[in-house]
Amino acid sequence: MKGFRDRVVIAGVGYTKFGELWDKSQEDLLVEAVYEALDDAGVEPKEIQAGWCGIQYEFTGLSGGTPAEFLKMYGIPFTRVENFCASGMDAFRNACLGVASGVYDMVLACGMEKLMDQGSRGLPDMGGARSVMMQYPPAPGMFALAATRSFEVYGWNKETLANVAVKNHEHGSHHPKAHFRKAIKKEEVLKAPIICWPLGRFDCCAMSDGSAALIITTPERAKSLKHKHDYVKVLANAISVHTMVPWFHPKYDFIGFPSTQQAGRLAYAQAGIKNPVEEIDFVECHDCFTITELLNIQDLGLCKQGDAGKLVEEGYFSYGGKLPVNVSGGLKCFGHPIGATGCRMLVELTKQLQGRADGLQVKDAKIGLAHNLGGAFTVASVTILGRNDV
Amino acid sequence: MVGIESYGVYFPLYRLSRAEIGKVWGMPSGPGERTVANGDEDSITMAVEAGLDCLAGIDSSSVDGLIFATTSAPYKEKANAPIIATVLGLPKTAMVIDLTDSLRAGGVGIKLARDAIESGSAKKILVIASDIRISEQESFEEQLFGDGAVAVLLSKENLIAVFRDSYSITDEILGVWRKDKDEYVMHFEDKLEDSFAFQANVIEAIKGLVKKTGIELKEVAKLACSYFDPRGLMGIAGKLGLNPLAQLSDPLFTSIGNIGTGTALLGLANALESAKPKQEIIMAVHGDGADAFLFETTERISEPKPRMGVKGNLERKKGLFSYEQYAKFRKLTKRAVQTLKASPVIHWRDREEELGFVGERCQNCGTVQYPMVRVCYVCQSKDKFEKVKLARKGKIYTFTKDYIRSGGAQPVPWCVIDLDGGGRVFLTMTDCDPEEVKIGMELEIVFRNLGEGGGFYNYYWKCRPVWKKA
Repeated sequence: MKGFRDRVVIAGVGYTKFGELWDKSQEDLLVEAVYEALDDAGVEPKEIQAGWCGIQYEFTGLSGGTPAEFLKMYGIPFTRVENFCASGMDAFRNACLGVASGVYDMVLACGMEKLMDQGSRGLPDMGGARSVMMQYPPAPGMFALAATRSFEVYGWNKETLANVAVKNHEHGSHHPKAHFRKAIKKEEVLKAPIICWPLGRFDCCAMSDGSAALIITTPERAKSLKHKHDYVKVLANAISVHTMVPWFHPKYDFIGFPSTQQAGRLAYAQAGIKNPVEEIDFVECHDCFTITELLNIQDLGLCKQGDAGKLVEEGYFSYGGKLPVNVSGGLKCFGHPIGATGCRMLVELTKQLQGRADGLQVKDAKIGLAHNLGGAFTVASVTILGRNDV
Repeated sequence: MVGIESYGVYFPLYRLSRAEIGKVWGMPSGPGERTVANGDEDSITMAVEAGLDCLAGIDSSSVDGLIFATTSAPYKEKANAPIIATVLGLPKTAMVIDLTDSLRAGGVGIKLARDAIESGSAKKILVIASDIRISEQESFEEQLFGDGAVAVLLSKENLIAVFRDSYSITDEILGVWRKDKDEYVMHFEDKLEDSFAFQANVIEAIKGLVKKTGIELKEVAKLACSYFDPRGLMGIAGKLGLNPLAQLSDPLFTSIGNIGTGTALLGLANALESAKPKQEIIMAVHGDGADAFLFETTERISEPKPRMGVKGNLERKKGLFSYEQYAKFRKLTKRAVQTLKASPVIHWRDREEELGFVGERCQNCGTVQYPMVRVCYVCQSKDKFEKVKLARKGKIYTFTKDYIRSGGAQPVPWCVIDLDGGGRVFLTMTDCDPEEVKIGMELEIVFRNLGEGGGFYNYYWKCRPVWKKA
């Protein structure tokens, strides 16, 4: 298998401010993100040969027609990609495949979600009429099941979770595009109202609007574009899908995410990474809830099972620590406009690798990893990007 | 000879003291307490509980008839009993009937069941009387009524009591009524109900029975009788010359209340629970006339049975902390209704696993799974499954307590449960104190009404803590 290395690169990136953008529509958001990316790459809209857009909810937009309509990119193939919280990163995967296959050499990967129009109190329900047996808790409830079990097995507690929130909020306080730009204290986290036990308000990411976009091309074409000296290489991209109903799976242990473990293994193999902690400089990791980040860190092989809580507390995963996780502030500070999040992380990775991060800049970052986990721990996506000198 | 093979009882967990109800309205209050069904219970879910209690240790596939007696049927058009029959696992060929609209339905059901078995058209018929009695707020009925269900299994084998005879009369009278559009029970004055609708009819039926059978009332061990209020019942004892303390089966007014169609059957169950062999028991049920039945216990009455029965159900109780909680359970207060999504088509396709709580065991790797799948979770074998009836007991593997659904009130626990004997299910918890939820907690799986997604009643399973005496 050839993979993506030396065949697919990022020529330009763009993203909106994330937050409660009551005054903007999804059209406003997508147009802003995509035009910023086009401008960053130095590419005209008419040069785009195909597009993929991550959209989770039908109210944000159905089909590739929605993004094509907003951008007036008529006549080219455009596809809506829905794969839960990995929708944006899966749109990116499709774009990379388009270039790697040789069918295209200038494509658009983007994602958007407009949640605020549906109200800000939790993710709207999905899907049509269903079986009475399929009773779903709200998203925090799903992840709380993993938290409760992890407390039991790893000996973690609410403070273990709170340390993640405090770390990411400290990071995010430096980022101009974040939804929340305020450091918080552990006491505040612990005192916050419970949403789904044991997860309190600060253990959960917010409902936000946002959009992000990337221009994908070949290394050959990138050399004649704006970022000819610092385009960013796609080293690996992998998606792994596991059960939709972990609560019915007779063997599932609720103390880790098999989809993350597998996507990590696939991506490391593609990128030729043997020792992720030594070879990767920083990580943007899905932290829809504090427990999600802790378990994902372990599942990505960044520490031993059960050690994530202690290492977060010791600053190992903080900015300036051994392996910074979510220096942007993560979903905890950006919120989670579902379709946009994966692309937003890749924009963050690209800018970090180019030494022009909007928030905290990781020094001499050469390789970065971004990860999404969607559904009831169902879909995991891992992308590894590298500077063009690696 | 036809008779009673088994009986079962269900009282909801919660009790509300009559003093509390009286205090809310500034009204005089009666003695003791009444049962209050939880907000996710109705006459169907309670009938399931009583039916399960009655069939404990009995193969449900041998039951070829079900009569569901109620005045509070959840469905007005569409039969209710098939839901109960499916949950209990009765064969598809069973005779399944709703008997509604009269408080006498429980007695009529027993009469019909006996006649069907006697004639040879059925072998074992389960009669379940179940009611949630919704009364007007600030009324005496609010104190008088209780919620509950009683099941009686009639057959010709393993009898604990023989059906010796019965006597029935019909008498058109407006004692207690509820028109098609009424929410609450109406009645003229108590005196009319007591003197003519209740006492006159019951006394006439019992006297008819005595004459027909030649029994001596003085020798009858117990009279189990329906009633409107307990004073009227005492009056009957007096008029029949019975010793009320010794001969009236305690109708459990002070601990349960008047439970509608199940009232006389509850008196019967209570009488059977303490009866000795070779005793005569009369059951009388009124409603536009009356039915009087004569039963005689057999030697088997003394054999221990695995049921909760009256005694077990009386012990399993929890005080409701306020009248407001009762009003919320009965939906007497206005609250936003949670919108569920459900499809009648999918319900029909899933009915066996959904209502029957049936899962499957992989014949390759042995893993029990639920709901039914085509490809095994563990070994990926395709279509190599045998159906298994899942145990209704298990332990919490992990859980969360959902404050979003509850809107900030008591959180709803969601539990991943490993069932005894295999199978993992995911259910919300009811009849519980959320503070007590923890990993490893022992649970029972109970049948409840989740709501009205898709415009129909979404019956499904929940879990509740195994009852332990405080």
